[in-house]
Amino acid sequence: MKSTSIRRALVPGLAVAALVLTGCGAGNEGGTDSGSGDSALSGTLAGGGASSQEAAQGAWIAGFQTANPDVTVTYDPIGSGGGRESFISGDFPFAGSDAYLTDDEGELSNAKDRCGGDVIEIPNYVSPIAVIFNVDGVDSLNLSPATLAGIFAGKITTWDDAAIAEDNPDASLPSARINAVHRSDESGTTENFTDYLDAVAADVWDAGVIELWPTEYGGEGAKGTSGVVAAVTNGTNSIGYADASQAGSLGVAAIGVGEDFVEPTAEAAGKILSVSPAAEVATDSQIVFDLDHTTTEAGTYPIVLTSYLMMCPTYDDQETADLVKGYASYILSDDGQQQGADEAGSAPLPSDLQEQAQGLVDAISAG
Amino acid sequence: MSTTDAPAARPTVDDGFGQVTGRGDSVFRGLATASGYIIMLALAGVAIFLVLEGWPAIQATGEQAYGKDNIVLFVWPLVFGTLLAAVLSLLMAVPLAIGGALVISHYAPRPLAKTLGYLVDLLAAVPSVVYGLWGIGFLAPAILPSYQWLQDKLGWLPFFEGPALSGRTILTASIVLAIMVLPIVTAICREVFAQTPTMHQEAALALGATRWEMIRMTVFPYSRSGVVSAVMLGLGRALGETMAVAMVLSATGIVTFNLISTQNPSTIAANIALNFGNASGLKINVLIFSGLVLFVATFAVNFLGRWIARRGQVKG
Repeated sequence: MKSTSIRRALVPGLAVAALVLTGCGAGNEGGTDSGSGDSALSGTLAGGGASSQEAAQGAWIAGFQTANPDVTVTYDPIGSGGGRESFISGDFPFAGSDAYLTDDEGELSNAKDRCGGDVIEIPNYVSPIAVIFNVDGVDSLNLSPATLAGIFAGKITTWDDAAIAEDNPDASLPSARINAVHRSDESGTTENFTDYLDAVAADVWDAGVIELWPTEYGGEGAKGTSGVVAAVTNGTNSIGYADASQAGSLGVAAIGVGEDFVEPTAEAAGKILSVSPAAEVATDSQIVFDLDHTTTEAGTYPIVLTSYLMMCPTYDDQETADLVKGYASYILSDDGQQQGADEAGSAPLPSDLQEQAQGLVDAISAG
Repeated sequence: MSTTDAPAARPTVDDGFGQVTGRGDSVFRGLATASGYIIMLALAGVAIFLVLEGWPAIQATGEQAYGKDNIVLFVWPLVFGTLLAAVLSLLMAVPLAIGGALVISHYAPRPLAKTLGYLVDLLAAVPSVVYGLWGIGFLAPAILPSYQWLQDKLGWLPFFEGPALSGRTILTASIVLAIMVLPIVTAICREVFAQTPTMHQEAALALGATRWEMIRMTVFPYSRSGVVSAVMLGLGRALGETMAVAMVLSATGIVTFNLISTQNPSTIAANIALNFGNASGLKINVLIFSGLVLFVATFAVNFLGRWIARRGQVKG
């Protein structure tokens, strides 16, 4: 439905663009036949995919459209799976997905067929998931991985438990029950959070990697990120997990990494990409990682959500190629990275990855 | 004179039942019949959709049935939660609604009754998402101390076992539901109470009945079926309410009568709202199947309620 209506809008849009371009061409004695520079982009670019990227994409679209007033970019948050599907079928020239392309179900090969060669994947959205808490008389909290897993698995039930006291020798912990808050809806945040727990403390957290909280693990359920934040804020002696940008004035726990405890700053979250091994399917154009949650590298925040942007190195028509190239360049630019951090809490990419990705995007062409 | 002449002068048609009526009658009759059929068609359409889309869910297991072994194990706790929340909210709302309606129809002076009626109607105009926000932002934190008190004093009752760690319990959700149900039940009760023939009431008073005896002897028997209808409409709203419950309730999907713990059964409608956005494949069928169960349960509860009411009437 949506894509057909967009296509319907695209045809008159292209017609108008063509008229404008020919008008210009007549005035400029045919000087614009080889495509236009960054400042003169026009047209419509419709992509979509992972809903985790929605806020960041919104910020990037706003920034990109301000710089290029003749361009319309849309991002339809239909979910990661839908995004990959529409990218492979050619409906989306670019897509966002929380999972990178693999050949488990032939998606990588299909995507390569669609692009006529390689596929570009860059980790454009890296967002720390914060452990938020609201405990009487406690301002800062350190949690080692096993303690965190114990709290959320319902095995550590009071705040003055020996395990918590050991992580926080100086804090005055109340002898109150812990109210652990989790998402009551299926969510990618839960998936990434349990992915971390499963990796670092599988003996304590034995439910594996899940999108929907297991009933037997107890705790309070709340709808959406905003619901979790509200429940932690309004509850007593509560703890929960939510996108770090939404933590507001709540206390944010520092998570044990190696010998240190690290707070979820954008910088610390971005660092996990530098310390994680490249995924098996990674190539020069597919910058994809298997996140190393068990890293002991100092200053790395290990609980993050990564989402990838997928594009083709070549597109059939010049306009799409120019638009994708322009938009992706904007996302990767310092401005774009800053905007993602400010508006959506996305961690800026480490500079080496930013350069590598920019190189890939620069090579996007039509043909 | 003119009244007897007039019908013969108008154009007439035979309506098929041997009665001669005006053209207006047959047009109106057609429109009314069509309305009836359209309502039936809409209902049948919903039922057919639910059955067709819900049917594949019968074979859902494991991951597709949200981690349950089969669809029954998935739906049963939701049915339990739906009925529990609805019954609790009606227990609170119905006495309040009947009392409020009596005040408006029989006790309060006219200007006050008018204002009161208007205010109750206003409650119905508040969108449910606003009730949800109110429940999560105000009621839940405000009511938490009372839950802790209940746990301390009445913790030996299974209902108040706790632990009372958060105000977002099924009891809070039921209170929010009760407030949402209140206006519709009050409004209908008020109307049917006001329909009690004045002669009956005056006769009762003339026989020496007090105001309360008069209400018991004339208003209640006369308005019995109307009150049942009002309660059934309220029950329908309580069973089907989605957004407010999804926001207020800390749903973890267990089956318990413990009303003040953070572990609560979810309701069918809230569960669909929570999980539909992220569902794909067979999970959508599973959620639609739970919707079918709600559809059937609503019918069943409605018929049961009316049957009980009718039976009571014959005896009384």
